[in-house]
Order: sequence, then structure tokens, then C-alpha cells
Amino acid sequence: MSLPAYSFAYLDEQTKRMIRRALLKAVAIPGYQVPFASREMPLAYGWGTGGMQVTAAVIGPDDVLKVIDQGADDTTNAVSIRRFFALTAGVRTTERTAEATIIQTRHRIPETPLAAGQILVYQVPQPEPLRKLEPRETETRRMHALAEYGLMHVKLYEDIARHGRITLSYDYPVLVNGRHVMAPSPIPSFDNPKMHRSPALQLFGAGREKRIYAVPPYTDVVSLAFEDHPFRPWKAEAACGLCGATETYLDEVVVDDRGGRLFVCSDTDYCAERRKAGHRGAAAGHALAAGEGG
Amino acid sequence: MSGFALRAEGLSKTFTLHLQGGVRLPVLHEVSLEVRPGECVALTGPSGAGKSTLMRALYGNYLPGGGRILVRHRGALVDLATAGPRGILALRRETIGYVSQFLRVIPRVPARAIVAEPLRAAGMAEAEALSAAERLLARLNLPQRLWSLPPATFSGGEQQRVNLARGFAYPYPVMLVDEPTASLDPANAAVAVALIEEAKSRGAAIVGIFHDADVRRRVATREHEVIPLAAAA
Amino acid sequence: MSAVPLLAVRDLTVRFGRRVAVQHASFELWPGEVLAIVGESGSGKTTLLRAVHGDLPADGGRVLYRLHDGTLAPLDGLAEPVRRHLARTEWGFVHQNPRDGLRMAVSAGGNVGERLMAAGMRHWGRIRAEATQWLRRVEIDPARIDDPPRTFSGGMQQRLQIARVLVTRPRLVLMDEPTGGLDVSVQARLLDLIRGLVADLGLAAVIVTHDLAVARLLAHRMLVMQGGRIVESGLTDQVLDDPQHPYSQLLVASVLQA
Repeated sequence: MSLPAYSFAYLDEQTKRMIRRALLKAVAIPGYQVPFASREMPLAYGWGTGGMQVTAAVIGPDDVLKVIDQGADDTTNAVSIRRFFALTAGVRTTERTAEATIIQTRHRIPETPLAAGQILVYQVPQPEPLRKLEPRETETRRMHALAEYGLMHVKLYEDIARHGRITLSYDYPVLVNGRHVMAPSPIPSFDNPKMHRSPALQLFGAGREKRIYAVPPYTDVVSLAFEDHPFRPWKAEAACGLCGATETYLDEVVVDDRGGRLFVCSDTDYCAERRKAGHRGAAAGHALAAGEGG
Repeated sequence: MSGFALRAEGLSKTFTLHLQGGVRLPVLHEVSLEVRPGECVALTGPSGAGKSTLMRALYGNYLPGGGRILVRHRGALVDLATAGPRGILALRRETIGYVSQFLRVIPRVPARAIVAEPLRAAGMAEAEALSAAERLLARLNLPQRLWSLPPATFSGGEQQRVNLARGFAYPYPVMLVDEPTASLDPANAAVAVALIEEAKSRGAAIVGIFHDADVRRRVATREHEVIPLAAAA
Repeated sequence: MSAVPLLAVRDLTVRFGRRVAVQHASFELWPGEVLAIVGESGSGKTTLLRAVHGDLPADGGRVLYRLHDGTLAPLDGLAEPVRRHLARTEWGFVHQNPRDGLRMAVSAGGNVGERLMAAGMRHWGRIRAEATQWLRRVEIDPARIDDPPRTFSGGMQQRLQIARVLVTRPRLVLMDEPTGGLDVSVQARLLDLIRGLVADLGLAAVIVTHDLAVARLLAHRMLVMQGGRIVESGLTDQVLDDPQHPYSQLLVASVLQA
């Protein structure tokens, strides 16, 4: 008889229990940052250790895991995290949003609407939305406790003063459940509306900063703004060159050494599904599409 | 009760100089003085007798050591000696005015605003207060180009005219006037005398120190001699 | 004259370890009144001010404040959210060093607008208009509205701090040596400005200063502190011209001419 080299999903049971307790508290107080005893993971802070610990604490043998990095399933970080859990938890993995029960993400929310029962786990570099304005942790905690969020609007005020409009286009602060201001992690502001009353459970893990927070299903998530400068999610004025989609968040990629550029869906799964269904973009059949999908 | 506007009863004042080993300097002892509306009482006595001390005590600038200072304020009698800071400030806003010998210059504040200030403090609208101030400055022959300048750089005589205008801007029922014509030329001294005469005729009760015997004879209804305590003792 | 003061400090005591920094300090303040607290360095005047503002815990005594319903409420009996709400709307604190009272990386407009936004204003154009008006009022060129205060001179920074505090029309302003680090000519301008604003807005203010000329110019009443105690209080000109306490006499005798 030989003992397995790792506990199920890498973390020991006591640690997972500790993280689950933090998650329960986070779900009970939507948007509130719960401190937790972040562990060393077999990769460096900044590579998704917070998200991985949350995933490890909620994943079970029957789960199907999808991991994306900036919308893509095939980047190094996404691939290695997916393999990590395939190895340590023996779970099935997928690149299809609709098939996944848990989706760990860095910097995007999938285009395919999430459904009840799915869990979206965000990797968070900086959980404190007030940090850049108020460096003192004692003070930001008190500001959250007393819902003193005037300072948050100062940041947006400055943006409008400098650029004539709110140019903040990612990690755009939101008010959760009418109570806590929260950093949605560096997702594009384009994705912010998807958080609002989502049927999925949204969990956030910040490994280096040792914070966990959550948005339970069907919770109000409102992007901060001014009456005369309402929130406007930003997106490139273009269609996906591969699938022709106009409603998705697009990445601009350089496709040759002559400065040729192409807008493509940042969500690779969504784009591939559309192409399978017969949708064609202006640059359909481009070599870029060959390495994708499947 | 008779119709006095100001009455000091048994007023005493002794200075204790703590920095000189606690030396006690008695200056006023049981001074009594009554002034009716329309009267101008000139304080007389040798230099150092305590005339200025009495004036300052009547204004609440010096803390009386004993006695009462009754002032008719809004129809009632108020004892300034026990009125406390807020009570004294209320008296100064509406009832007691003090024309000192020197203008206390306030940085950056133009002459006409300094003159208008007592009117503003008593609740007059700014424009109205400023035009009243300008009329007085014109009457005291202060060149118009100086009105909008802070008086810090003015000559002694010019400053004193600003000071007079400020002192006479508001029609206080009780006025304390300390050497109003010092450092004034004869023409402006005449204006100062006229201002005092007008205050008297509108019913102000005035206590003044007038070194110039001529001025004193013209404005004073009677004299009150302040006797040096050293001499009295 | 109102029977109930705006602020009442009763027997306030503050200790730093075994040292008593403020001992049984009591005073009252009415609307429209300016009170100066004078004394030499270490006399406890700034400590008293900070304890009144709630920045330092008191070791005895209380601070009472008149709420809008007219009741005089002890501040330590109010819930923290209420107290902090008062602090950023009805109260203002002007620090000696503008760096302590400004956000140096935020534009002048953002600094002035912060308290409006904290009070719930969410219309950018109106916040902007209000900030512009206040910059003008404290004699800062509105063209500088988007510049950060670190590009301002010391005097401008201090005026900006005052605008930032007054924008919510507070009832009570506490100032700690507001002219402290400034050149004499700049001081005069600031003092004149404070004097005008206090009168126009009918503010109640407490000004801590070691400069008797500042007290003479701005304050109706004054307190003299020595070794943590209030040794004398009264009408400003009376205390300066006829000081009673030995320490007050020393203080007055030590300056050239206040």
C-alpha cells in the first residue's frame, strides 16, 4: 500500500477547511474581503495562487474544470493550472464554458452566459479597490466598515478631469449588494455587466494579499459612476476577424512582421464555437485560427 | 431710575506685575462716574493719573478689580464688569464704541472695509456699509485713491482719520473717545469736533480724553477729574 | 445669543503614558465665535485640539456637540459612523502642515470635491463647479484646478486645504497653527482670508497658535495654556492688554508687539 504523494487537489484537508470557512463568510457578506492564511503553492505569487487555493477548496472529483487566462484556454498559465488539477485531483478538464462546473479565470469573464450551479473563480492581484488612494490598511478597512466611499469617486473624478470621460477600462470598481465597493480583478470593464445578478457563484482569491471575497448568485453588482458621466463599458469598434462576432470583447493581435493587425475574440472557446456553427469573419481562414479551437 | 446711559460705581483697578516680583500698582480706587445721553464728559488730570485706564476699563479692555459698570443696553441695564466675554462682545457690537488713539492696522484690509466693519458687525448689508464708510472718509478728507488701500503705509494723520471714521461709523449710544484730534491738522480736527457734536446731538453719552484745551472746551459738557492715587493716598 | 453652545469641552484630560498633556480643560464655543488657544510649544494646545476632534482618546472628561435637533450630545456616546459623518461634513480640521490635510497626488479639484463626494454628491459637473468657486474664493486661479497640490506653493497649499474643509459649509472648524510654516507676507494673506471666511460663513472656529498677533486678529476670545492647563481665559484684547496670570504676562511681555 502506498500513500498518495499529495492530498486531493494538493492542499491538505485542514487548509481546505480554513479556506472554505473564509469562503462561507465571504458569501455571507458579498464584496467583503475576508483575510485567510494563504499557503505556498508550487508556483510564484502573481501566477494565480489565490485562485488555485479557492479552486482547490471547492473542487470535487465530479467537477469539470476550465481555466482561462485573458479569455484563452491555451496559454501557458491556463494550461499548467488545468494540468495541475488534472494531476492532483484527477478531475475532468474542458475548454467549453457550458461544460465546466468550475471556471478559474485571469482577467476575463467568458462570453457564454454562465448558468446556475457554475462557479467562477477569479485570480486577484490587488483585492483592495481603495489601495492606490489610501495606502493605510487600517484606514481602508474602516472605510469599508463605515461605507465611506467618497474617495472611490475621487479616482473617477480625476479620470474625467484629465480625459473628459472615465477612461478606466479594467479593474473598474463596483458596488456589491448596495454595500461594499469591490475590485472585480483586472477584467475589462466590458465584463462588469456580466457580474450583475449572475446565476453563477463568483469567488475571488488573492494569494499574495491573503484575501478572499465573493459575489453570491443573483447579487446586484453596479459599476460606480457619476450621474452626468454614466458607466460605459469599453470595447474596440470592430468585429472579430475570425468569427465576425460584434458583441464580444476583442483582442488586437499583430499577425505578421509588416504591422498587420487583426481583431479577434479574446474568448477562444466562444470564437471556436461560433466558427463551428458556420460564422465567418472578414479574415476567416487566417492561419491564426488554425492553432485554435478543438 | 434716572436716565443715565453709563454709570461706573466704585470702580477699582490694580495691576499686579508678576514679572516684577508681584508688585501691585493701584491705579483706580472707587471711581464713580455717570454719563447721560447727549452729555460729553471730559476726563482731566495729570498724565499718568489713570484716565486711559478708566477708559479701557469702561470698554472691558482692562479687567475691573472691583465695582460695577452699568450700561444701558437694549433698554436694560447690564453690568459690564460681570458680563463676561460674550456679554462684553454684545455690548461692543451695539452699545459701546471706542475711538482709540491709534489705528490697529489689519493686513491687506482696505481702509473703507476697516471703516465699514462695525456696521457689518451690527448687521448692515455690505454695499450699504461701504458707501456709509466712503461718505465718512470723504468728510475726513482722506484722498479717494487711498480708500481701497490697506492703511499700513498711510501717514500717522491719515491712519488717525481712518480710525476716526471707523469709530464714528456706527451710532453707538455710548462712546469712549481717546485723544481724537491728536496728529490731525486743524481742518480735520474741526471735522472730528463736528463728529463729536453730532454724536452728542443724536443722544450719545460720551466720555473722552482731550489734551487740546480748545477742543475740550468746545465739546465737553462737563469735566471729571481723575486724581492720581499716589497723590490721593 | 443662544443658550446652548455649539461645542462644550468639560474637564478634558489627556495623558501620554505618565505624562499629563492636557489637564481638566474646559471651554465652550458658540456659533460665529472664534476662540484662540495660545501657549508655547509643549503647552498642550495641539493635543487639546486633537482630543476635541476625536483624534486622540481622552483619559477623562467629555466633548459635547450641539446636534441639529438642539441637543448637546457627548461625542463619545455617538456611534462611530455618526461621528465620522460629522467629522467630514459639519466639522473641519485644518492641519499645520498642508500635507497632512491634502491628498498630494490628487488634483486641486479632486481635493476640494472629495468631501462633497463623501457626502453623497454624484454629479461631476456640479462637483466641478463647486470646486471652481471655492478655488476662486481662496484666491487660487481656477485654471490650476487639475494640478496636484505638490506643484503649489506652501501658502497655496494651505489655502487649498481651507477650501477643501469649507466646501461642505461646516459649522465648526478646528485649525492647528494654520499659518505656522509660512512666510510673513503669505501669512498675512492667509489670515485675512480666514478672517473674511469666518465672518461670511458665520463659522465657529478654534485656532491653536503660538502667535499672539494671530489671536489678536482672528479671535474673539482666547485661552492661555501652560503645562497642559488652561491658566487664563477671556476676551482676546483683555487677555492681551491686561493679562492676569503670571504666565500670560510673560507670554505677552515676550513678544515685540501684538
